[in-house]
Amino acid sequence: MSVDFTSVQAVDVSRHFGRRRALSHVSLTASSGDVLGLLGPNGAGKSTLIGLLATLAAPTSGEVRYGDRTAAALGAGLRGRIGLLAHELFLYPELTARQNLAFFAQLYGLDPRATVDAALASAGLSDRADDDVSGFSRGMRQRLALERALLHRPRLALFDEPFTGLDDRSVGAVSDRMRALAAAGGIVVVATHDLDVADGLVTRIALIKDGRLLADEPAAGGLRARYRGVVGAA
Amino acid sequence: MFLQTALLVLRKDFAIEVKSREILYTTLLFALSCVLVFSIAFVKEGQPLEDAAAGILWIAVEFAGTLALGRTFERERYSETLRALLLAPASRAAIYVGKMLGIVLLLGVVELLLAPLVAILFHASLFAAPALLAALLAAGTVGFAVVGALFAAMLVRARSRDVMLPILLYPITIPVMIAGVRGTAALLQSPPDRPTVTMWIMILAAFDVVFLTLALWTFEPVMTE
Repeated sequence: MSVDFTSVQAVDVSRHFGRRRALSHVSLTASSGDVLGLLGPNGAGKSTLIGLLATLAAPTSGEVRYGDRTAAALGAGLRGRIGLLAHELFLYPELTARQNLAFFAQLYGLDPRATVDAALASAGLSDRADDDVSGFSRGMRQRLALERALLHRPRLALFDEPFTGLDDRSVGAVSDRMRALAAAGGIVVVATHDLDVADGLVTRIALIKDGRLLADEPAAGGLRARYRGVVGAA
Repeated sequence: MFLQTALLVLRKDFAIEVKSREILYTTLLFALSCVLVFSIAFVKEGQPLEDAAAGILWIAVEFAGTLALGRTFERERYSETLRALLLAPASRAAIYVGKMLGIVLLLGVVELLLAPLVAILFHASLFAAPALLAALLAAGTVGFAVVGALFAAMLVRARSRDVMLPILLYPITIPVMIAGVRGTAALLQSPPDRPTVTMWIMILAAFDVVFLTLALWTFEPVMTE
């Protein structure tokens, strides 16, 4: 059974690690075409929320719904519709760029011959395809990791601090890719500290602090001022 | 699809190991050093202590296996690739089986060199019944890897994983050690006590089945944070 959905919804989600509350009663929705920015200071709970949306973690209470069903109801097929680019790039440094992409393509049930070359071209790494990833710069790794995350054309694309350590050109490329994903009907959720990049990229913002959702609203420019007003100094 | 995924993970680990050879070399060197040191301590004037060979063979396998488990999963922790594996729509149990088979194969290679070395240094007739020895080592190695791969995966994000892995692993794998040592000791008798060796192999096989079933059942829930 193929799994698809046009919205992802956190419903009164809390997540505790022992006695520490990483998220507390968060409810928000992102729909097809949205670029939802999760904004907040360090330790706000953004990465925890990304982990919950990615099905890598389970909420302590509340639920995450993909369309009108939960991850448990949708089963493993749901994971084939989710892509995650985290700060850690999920690449094997000992393997070449081609080997990394081929491995993940097969893990997602894709034919590597049909997908890997296109992904390498998209990352601008065709000429370095057979080089070990350990020899790549941060920007090259990030571009490769982006292709790895999107290899299977996910409906829900999650980005956790995707701009860290990137130069302006790479930031622009990643931002353009997010816009294209949303324009193609994807749901894009990005957790970032970079308010300048987020301003003009995100279509909705969720401001989070100490695990609590302080605001969930359409982005309307002036993001830094809005952030300061709600969360405090950026 | 289950087997395909397991073999895919196994092939990936094999490709990494072929390039780096890091785990094979460190594990092998550790196991061989272990046997050499014990041979100095337990072989006096050319006469080894009775049944020492059996114990030392299994101690070396268990310690080397612990080292291999730690390093194998450290690779998955380095770039958080374990999370990428768990995020894939493939069966998580198949991913576990792929990692576990990698440990079994690696230890198999180590045992290929370890067993002859133990036989030579301890004047042990390990190869009097080679098929039984192979079955004993295979069943024991699978038992150790089944439990070890589960614990190593569970602990991959724990700060104290290097301390916790042996603390959790050794008590659970005591039956493997006992069956392995007693089975090998029976094998070393002249002539080999085949019924006793077979009994210990059956006990190890039962351990493997029980713990593989438990591991396949629990891997997905324990890996969901």
